[in-house]
Amino acid sequence: MEIRPILASLRKHRIPALLIVLEIALACAVLCNAVFLIGARAGEIALPNAIDEQGLSVVTLTGADPDRAASEIPRNLDALRRIRGVREVAVLNTVPLSGNGWNSNFTTRPDMKPTDKGSINSNVYLMGEGAGRALGLRLTQGRMFTGEDYASASMGSSFMPETHVAIVNQRLAERLWPGQSPLGRKMYVNQYWYQVVGVVANVLRPKQAGAGLPGIYDAAFFPMQPTAELSYYVLRGAPADRERIARQAEDALSGLEPAAVAEGKTFVDIRGDYFSGAASMVWMLVLVCVVMLAVTAFGIVGLTSFWVAQRRRQIGIRRAVGARRGHILSYFRTENFLLSGAGVLLGMLLAFGINLYLMQHYEMARMPWYYLPAGAITLWLLGQVAVFGPAHRAAAVPPVEATRSA
Amino acid sequence: MFTYYLDLALRSLSRNKALTALMVLAIALGIGACMTTLTVLHVLSGDPLPGKSAQLYYPQLDPRDMDGYQPGGDPPSQVTWIDGMNLLHAKRADRQALMTGGAVPVQPAQSAIEPFFENARYTTADFFPMFDVPMLYGRAWSAADDEGSARVAVISRKLNDKLFQGRDSTGQTLRMNDVAFRVIGVLDQWRMSPHFYDLNSGNYAEDEGVYVPLTTAKDMKLARNGSTDCWGKGSDPDHMDTAPCVWLQFWVQLDTPAKAAAYKQFLVHYSQEQKALGRFQRPPNVRLPDVMGWLDYNKVVPGDVRLQAWLALGFLLVCLVNTVGLMLAKFLRRSSELGVRRALGASRREVFMQLLVESGVIGLTGGIAGLLLALLGLWLVRKQPSDYAALAHLDLPMLLTTFLLAVGATLLAGLLPAWRACQVTPALQLKSN
Repeated sequence: MEIRPILASLRKHRIPALLIVLEIALACAVLCNAVFLIGARAGEIALPNAIDEQGLSVVTLTGADPDRAASEIPRNLDALRRIRGVREVAVLNTVPLSGNGWNSNFTTRPDMKPTDKGSINSNVYLMGEGAGRALGLRLTQGRMFTGEDYASASMGSSFMPETHVAIVNQRLAERLWPGQSPLGRKMYVNQYWYQVVGVVANVLRPKQAGAGLPGIYDAAFFPMQPTAELSYYVLRGAPADRERIARQAEDALSGLEPAAVAEGKTFVDIRGDYFSGAASMVWMLVLVCVVMLAVTAFGIVGLTSFWVAQRRRQIGIRRAVGARRGHILSYFRTENFLLSGAGVLLGMLLAFGINLYLMQHYEMARMPWYYLPAGAITLWLLGQVAVFGPAHRAAAVPPVEATRSA
Repeated sequence: MFTYYLDLALRSLSRNKALTALMVLAIALGIGACMTTLTVLHVLSGDPLPGKSAQLYYPQLDPRDMDGYQPGGDPPSQVTWIDGMNLLHAKRADRQALMTGGAVPVQPAQSAIEPFFENARYTTADFFPMFDVPMLYGRAWSAADDEGSARVAVISRKLNDKLFQGRDSTGQTLRMNDVAFRVIGVLDQWRMSPHFYDLNSGNYAEDEGVYVPLTTAKDMKLARNGSTDCWGKGSDPDHMDTAPCVWLQFWVQLDTPAKAAAYKQFLVHYSQEQKALGRFQRPPNVRLPDVMGWLDYNKVVPGDVRLQAWLALGFLLVCLVNTVGLMLAKFLRRSSELGVRRALGASRREVFMQLLVESGVIGLTGGIAGLLLALLGLWLVRKQPSDYAALAHLDLPMLLTTFLLAVGATLLAGLLPAWRACQVTPALQLKSN
């Protein structure tokens, strides 16, 4: 296909050609960044979490008398265990994605302070006996806590547990002791020290803190005897029973603790609530992208149709002197290809610039390079699809049109 | 002349309905998306107390030890009990209130209502006049009630509706945390958004249902909600009044900028004095932001909302460029018609005006449709579970902005095509016909 006549004709219609280029460029820039954002948010929503999410129900109990916790917690657990379909019950200080974080800065040397640069902010999960089984933690190294670990651990000052054993997430182990085996190593918070006895597959924190999203797996687990700080009851059963178990567990605890407030939820709902903002952002962005692509496509259809209508006579002449329908078709396709090409080139630059701006102002990551060509190809294809109708109409112009006056 | 142009525009627009619909739709979608996100942004970044917020200040001190000290760092965003009480009793501001958030179990007298948790604010007497809190029944407590740790409570209108069916409940007894409180006041409708006076409870959290004197809450060890930052030997939950921890918010009202400057000076002196006493170790590091400054500092408006607004703006731009292109095509197609008008004596200016009226009509229609879409969009936003969802309503300034944006944008979009189309040489157009 000879492109010189196309360029010559575009030079005569500078403004409409420029507008198409500009529209495609803008659409390409917005599309790349929007899809990148969608990918980032969708990645957050799908963050893996190595507990039995499907089978868990959680009841929070607030307002129980703290002085009676030691006797009431075992009684509550007994009552919950009697609910039909419940396989495991335990109590913790918080659960993943609950929004209720317990943060502390851990160091790897006794002489380091929690405020020093090398310390790592991690979540502190205090587990009542059996919480490992109830959550469905997956041990990858070492051992879980023993009955004696649980019985001897109590609550110290600064909200730190008085014990010397800990289990850590794989991710936290890698961050604290890169390239080394974490088993038997000690981590410190001021006067407290904890020896790692086990490593589990990564469990999410209650909420982002410290290092933000990259630190979402910085969490450590500690044993704890029944104390007032433990107020999240987790019940594990079959996924089909979770709604009923959550409801019945709430009723059971409300009955046992009339002055306190019990609230039951399935873990699936807790996760859904935590990511609801991200989910609505994803939907809004998808909607904007789809509508924007549609508007762009219709814009191309409209402008090309105008072009075709304006050139009916020229097309007729070309047909009369021997051009086939295929020639006309490919003329308009090539024209669109060139315009889209210029558009996506400009668009990729713009997309890159917008990404740089967003990185500076909104804690966005750098967009991987392949988003740019992917966006470009999408708009290129969109242009070809949009031009299909008008180009066909152009190709249908009969040669006799050449003899008619405009 | 205008009505004639309007008539011409309507005729021209109805000649090619698909194209007109496409242009109107593009404008409407762009405006709709833009207005939805801008309204959310506007609502979220609004002034919670217009007219008063510039007189309300949030003093910040740095009482920490030298661990992790870096010159020029930010002071903590709350105060300790000791500093809060010192500043409160110093009474150097026109009004001052010390507070923290909490939650209390409410045990209704009627057995029909199960006990439930209510968000509470433990604060001091000036809270109510300082934040212009409207009272429906009764009154707030006095400084004497603060001193005496009185068992009194002020409740929200919502809670009053729930517990006392909206009747005047002053003088009634309300059991909370197994203790009887006397209700002395009921608030009228009151919601601060953002929840500026305590951002720990959520930037757009609803206001609390129960207000209790801070000293009473401390005596009764009512449960706290909020953040606690400790240093040195760390916290001791049983002795939070002496622990090296910041966990209270302190607000002051200073009616003139001169008073604010003087108060800041007072804070520096106070820090120096505390350092001389050995309580503070760092050099004085004092800040005194007002309400809007405090909201800015805490980056209260969610980043996602700003991002959405930017994207919607980009989307509107795509829609506008699209409209410019379509309008250009439409106007150029009518070159011969415009040529006839020019040949019959219409000036370039008049042709230009005629075309601008036509683009204005598209803009206005698109604006109205965009407004409907924005209302739909806001309705969708309100269905979302985020804590600011319920706030997303279109107010009058935003309504006007929508129209100005729609008509302005399309007129702007019409300028280029109209200018290009009125450049036609009448003779050439007549000849080719």
